[in-house]
Amino acid sequence: MSINRRDFLKVSGAGAATALIAGCATTASGGSPKVVVVGAGYGGATCAKYLRKWGPNIEVTLIEPNDKFVSCPRSNLVIGGLRNMDYLTHSYDNLAKHGINMVKDMVVAIDPAKRTVTTKGGKTFGYDRLVLAPGIDVRTDTVKGYKEAEAASKVVHAWKAGPQTALLRKQLESMPDGGVFVMGIPGTPYRCPPGPYERISLVASYLKKHKPKSKIIVLDSNPDIVSKKPLFTWAWNSFYAGMIEYRGTNAVMGVDGNRMVVSTEFDDIKADVMNVVPRQRAGELCAMAGVRNDASGNWCSVNFTSFESTAVPNVHIIGDSVAAALPKSGHMATNQAKICAAAIVELLAGRQPEAVPVIANTCYSDTSDTTGGHVANVYRYNAEKKAFVDPGGGGATPQGDELNHAYAESWAQNIWAEVLS
Amino acid sequence: MHKILILLAAGATLLSANAFAVERGELLASSCMSCHGPGGKSKGAIPSLAGLEKAYFVKSMQDFKSGARPASVMHRHSKGYTDAEYALMGEYFSKLK
Ligand SMILES: Cc1cc2nc3c(=O)[nH]c(=O)nc-3n(C[C@H](O)[C@H](O)[C@H](O)COP(=O)(O)OP(=O)(O)OC[C@H]3O[C@@H](n4cnc5c(N)ncnc54)[C@H](O)[C@@H]3O)c2cc1C
Ligand code: HEC
Repeated sequence: MSINRRDFLKVSGAGAATALIAGCATTASGGSPKVVVVGAGYGGATCAKYLRKWGPNIEVTLIEPNDKFVSCPRSNLVIGGLRNMDYLTHSYDNLAKHGINMVKDMVVAIDPAKRTVTTKGGKTFGYDRLVLAPGIDVRTDTVKGYKEAEAASKVVHAWKAGPQTALLRKQLESMPDGGVFVMGIPGTPYRCPPGPYERISLVASYLKKHKPKSKIIVLDSNPDIVSKKPLFTWAWNSFYAGMIEYRGTNAVMGVDGNRMVVSTEFDDIKADVMNVVPRQRAGELCAMAGVRNDASGNWCSVNFTSFESTAVPNVHIIGDSVAAALPKSGHMATNQAKICAAAIVELLAGRQPEAVPVIANTCYSDTSDTTGGHVANVYRYNAEKKAFVDPGGGGATPQGDELNHAYAESWAQNIWAEVLS
Repeated sequence: MHKILILLAAGATLLSANAFAVERGELLASSCMSCHGPGGKSKGAIPSLAGLEKAYFVKSMQDFKSGARPASVMHRHSKGYTDAEYALMGEYFSKLK
């Protein structure tokens, strides 16, 4: 049995020695190493918690502008009328007990040479290592007329949970029976591959019960359903036959909030509710640090054993912002956060991170008010390919059932507790 | 004073070959908590893992992998890990209270 580092520090004694050992590695400042985590969503909050758990000598600052954590996972249930906003909304208060320095502010500048971040409130924080977890920016500028229609509350994406989630629910409630709900889906890669199809299922579930003459038109930029196709096809045929019209390779090009029209290359479609989700990219925060560096210029390339940027040293990126052949999910973001936290602890102590990390994903999707399914995969780091590779044991449920529906709820309760307490 | 520091630094370097602050078993197991709850203690329908006996844990994972034990999702997750990794994780979970 090897001695772990904490035991070693115990035998080697006092704080001064601790600081020196850590210091001989990368600490510029002397004293305890400083890690700043920006964004307290699924990735950032988890990373801050585990940095403190695994590196008790590390000073961890977590910067987030929002008062509360509002979960995207399960937000489709709110849109379908099965839960309310309170269910999605969680306090950050429990994170403080880990000794995380919580700062309610927004980062507006990063200087990787000086190793500082600056907030809107005018504060500057120095770091030895920086973790960026801003999630996505929704590119409303790529759809003609979007910004105006969005400002007038005529179109929403609700791809960040919050006021738009509640607004979309309200719009659905005021839609007349016989109305048309149009959903626009962006091309991959986007946040939560099965998310749009789960939303369509739960909107259909609501309409079937309360407004059965209504119609859902799905305008998908992708040629076909991107995730769990057998599951969603099963659900749409079994429960909502005749209600959903799916059109592949039909990217939304423009929206008109005055006329309530959604336009594709082929058609203008009159809508009662417009739920158009534009293309996305890594949060602007990543551009501030110069790490939005993949071939498309939209996502951040990282070294997968540490999630350190391939472009800028000492800057790590986790969650949706990462360029990878991995699904952009909350489950994935929390697991990336843990690999990143462990790697930072080792790097700050002058060691190499774990060489073969393993990472798992699961996305549960509800298909009705009583059924659900999932997709689950485990990925193992392959040093030759410099990528996470799925050895092939994973897969998706071809149909939904009540057991997965119940486990989806349990997953939500457990991951919220894991991230926030 | 200098000598002590050099010794400490050398000690740290020697340990660095195989010692991690976070052992592999714990790192692997941490990814299970999103479903099984923080510290392996679940809040709902998904079973808790904290305190499971190591032999029972390893057998469960092997049976999920082979299909001997029916599962809604664990047949997929179990296939992502080796027997040696089951043992590391089993050791870790057995010690969680
Ligand atoms: C409808 C829908 C359903 C989904 N369902 C599931 C599901 O069932 N399961 C699942 O695993 N995933 C699901 N997802 C995906 C999941 O929401 C994301 O993958 C996850 O939130 C990514 O985590 P993150 O940490 O990268 O970003 P986020 O969780 O979005 O966190 C980013 C945080 O960074 C903050 N931030 C941004 N910029 C700054 C700045 N400049 N300064 C300070 N803070 C900043 C933001 O305020 C935010 O709190 C779903 C998504 C949607 C839209
Ligand atoms: C997607 C959620 C999910 C993830 C991730 C997950 N599990 Fe499970 N686990 C379950 C569910 C659900 C069950 C009940 C059996 C089933 O239906 O698959 C279970 C059952 C188990 C059991 C049997 C417990 C008992 O009391 O008999 C063990 C052991 C287990 N899981 C280990 C793990 C380990 C180890 C990991 C991480 C490598 C893991 N699980 C990751 C959902 C999950």
